[in-house]
Amino acid sequence: MIRVVLPTHLRTLARVDGEVQLDVEGPATLRAVLDTLEVRYPMLRGTIRDHGTQRRRAFVRFFACEQDLSHASPDALLPDAVAIGAEPLLIVGAMAGG
Amino acid sequence: MSTVRVLVGTRKGAFVLTSDGKRVRWDVRGPYFGGWELYHLKGSPADPHRLYASQSSGWFGQQIQRSNDGGQTWEPVGNTFVYDGVPGTHQWYDGTPRPWEFKRVWHLEPSLTDPDTVYAGVEDAALFHSTDGGQTWQEFPGLRGAQGPLWQPGAGGMCLHTIVLDPSHPARIFIAISAAGTFRTDDAGKTWRPMNRGLRSEGIPNPHAEVGHCVHRIAMHSSRPSVLFMQKHWDVMRSDDAGESWHEVSGNLPTDFGFPIDVHAHEPDTIYVVPITSDSEHYPPEGKLRVYRSRTGGNEWEALTKGLPQRDCYVNVLRDAMTVDALDPCGLYFGTTGGQVYGSADAGDSWAPIVRDLPPVLSVEVQTLP
Repeated sequence: MIRVVLPTHLRTLARVDGEVQLDVEGPATLRAVLDTLEVRYPMLRGTIRDHGTQRRRAFVRFFACEQDLSHASPDALLPDAVAIGAEPLLIVGAMAGG
Repeated sequence: MSTVRVLVGTRKGAFVLTSDGKRVRWDVRGPYFGGWELYHLKGSPADPHRLYASQSSGWFGQQIQRSNDGGQTWEPVGNTFVYDGVPGTHQWYDGTPRPWEFKRVWHLEPSLTDPDTVYAGVEDAALFHSTDGGQTWQEFPGLRGAQGPLWQPGAGGMCLHTIVLDPSHPARIFIAISAAGTFRTDDAGKTWRPMNRGLRSEGIPNPHAEVGHCVHRIAMHSSRPSVLFMQKHWDVMRSDDAGESWHEVSGNLPTDFGFPIDVHAHEPDTIYVVPITSDSEHYPPEGKLRVYRSRTGGNEWEALTKGLPQRDCYVNVLRDAMTVDALDPCGLYFGTTGGQVYGSADAGDSWAPIVRDLPPVLSVEVQTLP
């Protein structure tokens, strides 16, 4: 089970409270987590990564275990602590005012 | 007694304002989608309970929301807007080529007859439509065939912001793009022609060019669809031949720069604009917020000021932020970048704020309900 923390606006959009818990099949990569997340919450398609290119949206970042994973390959394995659910994957809207 | 429902899109959410036919006491609900930009909301003429809303965010992109109960509850529907084929390039601000890139939906125009059919005007400029209630979207790529590589963005982006459906010719649609101009299809979106003859614009190499004009909005009265009114970047224009040619009707306006233009619900020659000082000073002249009304289809204008601030007012009224209801007397509504929504229940003779302190208002639409 992998824990995902969504930013406020995406929690509202997906109508979830708190963390999302996902059972991800196969290796625990960012791509696998996002694929699983978008299957369960189709309204999140296009909000985190582009519909077509699957590239991360410019103002979205991925943090876990005090590391910035935003620029890691989506096919790299997530930290073990994330893969076993000890730590959450944080999906974060880039810091900005307004 | 009839009721009216005003749909307000703002920089930080949507609001729904309702009143009875007297239009004196108002119920204000919202924000819906708090924190998101709501460029536009509009109800279906064929089913007033069916509403569509364009919800977007610089962080998380585009959403389309749909309501089947008049805005009480909403559900996200399809948000995939993919250009048909390889769209190529348009011009950037400096004239260099720039690839087409989807950014947001500016305007949603539900079909006049089918609640599940809706048109979406987007940035970078294109027209999409859905026939399944917003679940899936398809582009009309023929529009780019009307000299798309020569189009360029206005200050707000290269947006398709106006969609006018012709009630007497179901296959005819007018659209407007900043800064490309007005275009018309007569075959339900397959092919398009620029409809900009008579427009004159400074700031482009050929002021009379076939495309490149910064049209801000066009309006039509449903009883007379061959007559169109246009607020251009500068100049208020009129066409009496369904856009084939235009002539200026700015007349005695204090300035002919502005964004919205609308037609009275029952008087096809009564039109409204909100003059703005200039393209570099987006606020009313002399700090006086004035709606101007012409009862002669242009050229002769009168200032409508009763109830509107006549000193120290420096707000703007954006292109989709004015509308008219279908009651008698006709009601008018507009929203400002200062967060006020003003209403008039007497065709503009007098005004009162419905709500004063919303986020900057992007769009105002109204539904007249039995």
